Amino acid sequence: MGLLSDPQCRRALARLVLRLNTPLCVLSYLSGITWFLLLPPLAPRTYLSENAMGSTMVGEGSDLGPRALALAREFGGHKRKAGGMPVQWLEQTMFQLGLEVHRQPFARTLPFPDEAHERYLVRGTNVFGVLRAPRSASTEALLLLVPCSEGSKNNQAVGLLLALASYCRGQIYWAKDLIFLVTEHDLVGTQAWLEAYHDVNLTDISSGGLPGRAGAIQAALALELSTDVVTSVDVAVEGLNGQLPNLDLLNLFHSFCQKNGLLCTFQGKLPPPEGPSGPGYTQSLRTLGLMVLGQAGGGPGGAHGLFLRFRIEALTLRGINSFRQHKFDLGALGRTLEGMFRKLNNLLERLHQSYFLYLLPSLSRFVSIGSYAPVLALLLLTPRGFLYLVPPVLVSGAAGTALYLLPVRGQAVATQHFPVGEAEAVVLTLIGIYVAGMALPHSTHRALSGGGQRGWMSLKLVALLALALLLTCLALLNFSLGFLLGVTLVPPAAAVRPGGNRLPLAVLLVLTTPGVTLFLAVLVERELLEAPAGLGEAWQRYLGALGQGLLQEHLHGAHLSPLLALGAYPCWLLLWNVLFWK
Amino acid sequence: RDATRGQTHPCPPAEERLPRVATLGKGDPMGTARGRGAGPPGGTRAGMAAPLVLVVLAAVTVRAALYRSSLAVFIAERVEVASPLNAWKRVVEGLALLDLGVSPYSGAIFHETPLIIYLFHFLIEYAELVFMITDVLTAVALYLAIQDFNKVVFKKQKLLIELDKYAPDVAELIQTPMEMHYIPLKVALFYLLNPYTVMSCVAKSTCAINNSVIAFFILATIKGSAFLSAVFLALATYQSLYPLTLFAPALLYLLQRQFIPIKLKSKSFWLYTMQYASLYLCSLVVIICLSFFLLNSWDFIPSVYGFILSVPDLTPNIGLFWYFFAEMFEHFSLFFVCVFQINVFFYTIPLAIKLKEHPMFFMFVQLAIISIFKSYPTLGDVALYMAFLPVWSHLYRFLRNIFILSCVLIFCSFLFPVLWHLWIYAGSANSNFYYAITLTFNIGQILLISDYFYAFLRREYYLTHGLHLTRQDGTEAMLVLK
Repeated sequence: MGLLSDPQCRRALARLVLRLNTPLCVLSYLSGITWFLLLPPLAPRTYLSENAMGSTMVGEGSDLGPRALALAREFGGHKRKAGGMPVQWLEQTMFQLGLEVHRQPFARTLPFPDEAHERYLVRGTNVFGVLRAPRSASTEALLLLVPCSEGSKNNQAVGLLLALASYCRGQIYWAKDLIFLVTEHDLVGTQAWLEAYHDVNLTDISSGGLPGRAGAIQAALALELSTDVVTSVDVAVEGLNGQLPNLDLLNLFHSFCQKNGLLCTFQGKLPPPEGPSGPGYTQSLRTLGLMVLGQAGGGPGGAHGLFLRFRIEALTLRGINSFRQHKFDLGALGRTLEGMFRKLNNLLERLHQSYFLYLLPSLSRFVSIGSYAPVLALLLLTPRGFLYLVPPVLVSGAAGTALYLLPVRGQAVATQHFPVGEAEAVVLTLIGIYVAGMALPHSTHRALSGGGQRGWMSLKLVALLALALLLTCLALLNFSLGFLLGVTLVPPAAAVRPGGNRLPLAVLLVLTTPGVTLFLAVLVERELLEAPAGLGEAWQRYLGALGQGLLQEHLHGAHLSPLLALGAYPCWLLLWNVLFWK
Repeated sequence: RDATRGQTHPCPPAEERLPRVATLGKGDPMGTARGRGAGPPGGTRAGMAAPLVLVVLAAVTVRAALYRSSLAVFIAERVEVASPLNAWKRVVEGLALLDLGVSPYSGAIFHETPLIIYLFHFLIEYAELVFMITDVLTAVALYLAIQDFNKVVFKKQKLLIELDKYAPDVAELIQTPMEMHYIPLKVALFYLLNPYTVMSCVAKSTCAINNSVIAFFILATIKGSAFLSAVFLALATYQSLYPLTLFAPALLYLLQRQFIPIKLKSKSFWLYTMQYASLYLCSLVVIICLSFFLLNSWDFIPSVYGFILSVPDLTPNIGLFWYFFAEMFEHFSLFFVCVFQINVFFYTIPLAIKLKEHPMFFMFVQLAIISIFKSYPTLGDVALYMAFLPVWSHLYRFLRNIFILSCVLIFCSFLFPVLWHLWIYAGSANSNFYYAITLTFNIGQILLISDYFYAFLRREYYLTHGLHLTRQDGTEAMLVLK
């Protein structure tokens, strides 16, 4: 009981904390940021921890290159003829390869038109073939997914999928079913298939049920490939709501790339040079920054992102054809896929040995949760304020709820009265309500009579507590988002107080509001990609990101927009209220 | 106006004693009483009924809205509000078995008592209504009980002031009728609008019924009806076994009410104890026999009480049992089950000795201990003892960590679903994460209760020894718990 009940000890501690409040805040904030910047050079090498995949040898015997290309051409021809996915041809081909073939029609009406993909009423069909495992009952399965996109995109990927299926059909060692899936309309189709496979309905997709199933899916690979030859393979890990696949799957991919001499990139970045060097450090930091931004965004980084929610470890592999000299044919990629499936085939239990919570400065190095968690812990230490206010809290909450609900509901009204498109209406309503919220202090402080010194302090206390609670939960769910919000929101939250010169604080607060943070994130991302954007382009991208954010919530159940609207925004409004307290 | 108050509260008017009280100090606690007409706390029934009705209406609206929303399914699935004992799903399963003519206990799912299943056998169509009414009844019972209890506290305080038992400088510690006026309403508010109670009600956890029975038991005890108190205590024991330990505070309260001295050598003490105990045991036997005749089998004894005591179901909950026994080797488990279960009952004896003058505080502490250490605790249990916190609002100035502890409890409440999500859905965390937060939640509760206990003892000490204690060398002294 000592510390908690002994009054002298407590008093001394409290006095110490109060006296050193400001230096402690600054110190912990700065050390948090420094720690984060030091992460790339301190990161250890990755290693494969799953025994079933590590110690066994597999020799890849396939040479799928010519076959894959032929199938891809044939597929491309039928696709052009059908003006969409050639369902009939795919079914026939898969059947001829000896797979058990099923189709799944689905339909989905988007809440508002998606301008980026130009679609509103989505109607499509997924086709998948199951290769039943000869060595066991159909209790477990592996999956290879190719999204069938518009134009001639991904034709080669479908060709490789079919060629691989035909090769695998001839092998006798499969202990897990293999599912070869071709989905239409990218993520919408993938979501429809996943929901039908697991017989749940999370979003409002109406889909035909699945006539055939394999076992529980242990791992999935999504493939995107649009060229006959590749120079490198890019791998995407970030899933919906910042979930990540088990690190072992990534390690497996990395080891096979090394074995086959494939050049692989992460976040579009080449592996940084070994050893401590200036450019190496910058490269790692850029990669790390891109990963943090991607994860914080909470959108799926590829078709694999939707699998993670169903507890299926998944990766997206993208074949890239750039101006490099050394090129690989599809055979090399086919061998990599074959090797990965053979190793996954050896799994005795779910992938669980390695890390689920990590950050990657490059493919060969990782930062585990133990190393990066102190960053946020140090940031969270900062807002230790001092020691009841229902109206502003309620009003801020209501503003957040309005921000969450109104844009999509109000689009019909908005399009009737203003000359804007539906998608534009949604985004503009969003921004309108957001900005209107900033006028709240002028209306609320009339409702609050006085309170004085104690009034704003307790309001700040409530705001700080809400912020700390939000960041703690976020740190567990999606570290990157928590980190970004922490870095931006914590200093103004600690510094804000009414009276004195309000202007610099107001500017600081406006700069750190979640909306502006998002805008800055767009700029920073372009910067990290080494393709800086002008303000105009960034603004367009920002509007696009807002629309996509809302759409993703309705399509896949991404949590980012409700979280910002119901959590971060009201919290920020409270701080805004504190600033303009009279 | 005074005349009507005199009628409502047939206790001696305070005016005639006021001059004496006023000498106590500048605080003049009775001055406010005089201003309000000098009645004991509680006010008139009509004056307080309106806000109570408002609270009830608000609570019913919130519950009805939540029943209609999509959150209801989510809440009903939460392990924090639905334990294996009281989950609604299991009651439905039991009912289905009963309708098929099979003993509801023949599966391993249903663990509620026969009376509950027969209650819902007739009321299954109105289940939502039943749970809302149960919550309202609990709140009204607590409201009436605390109203009566406040009168008793007030009278006792006045008596002690008259007898000069208090130190001269403690005027500011004395509870005034102004402060006490709104306590019953606050208790009802704390129970009905506590998010824990709301969630428990929306999840249709039968914990609400247990709480209701315990609330009526407290009401009967405070009203001084030994018979009804024993019957409700027997019902509560029959429902969840652990309220057995509430026997001690109830007995102490009734003894105090009858002015029977608590001495082991006194004959009247033993006589009354035997009387109360036999009433309790008889009602318990009657209820158990009734259950037997309802189902015509003794199946429910192992299935309900055996299940509570031997803890075979290790589904995660907010308690301390599940992780511990999931990790333990099978052959140690009997020993540790005994240790854990004795832990719940163990505190009754020392508390009864320490708090024999304050049975209601004892009751509060005991309820908290049950809700922390019982084998399948839910948030509904926590809500019941939290409803009593306003009764002890006069301890506020002695509480040391109330801010930190309430923050801990709020943070834990939010982290429960987050860590559950990480463990069960995302697969990136494991049971250790969830248990860590369970442990923090329980430590928070234990510290909260010990904080209140310590504050209560300190206040009692200050009341008799004076607020400004000095050491032997003349400096100001401070009470420290060692």
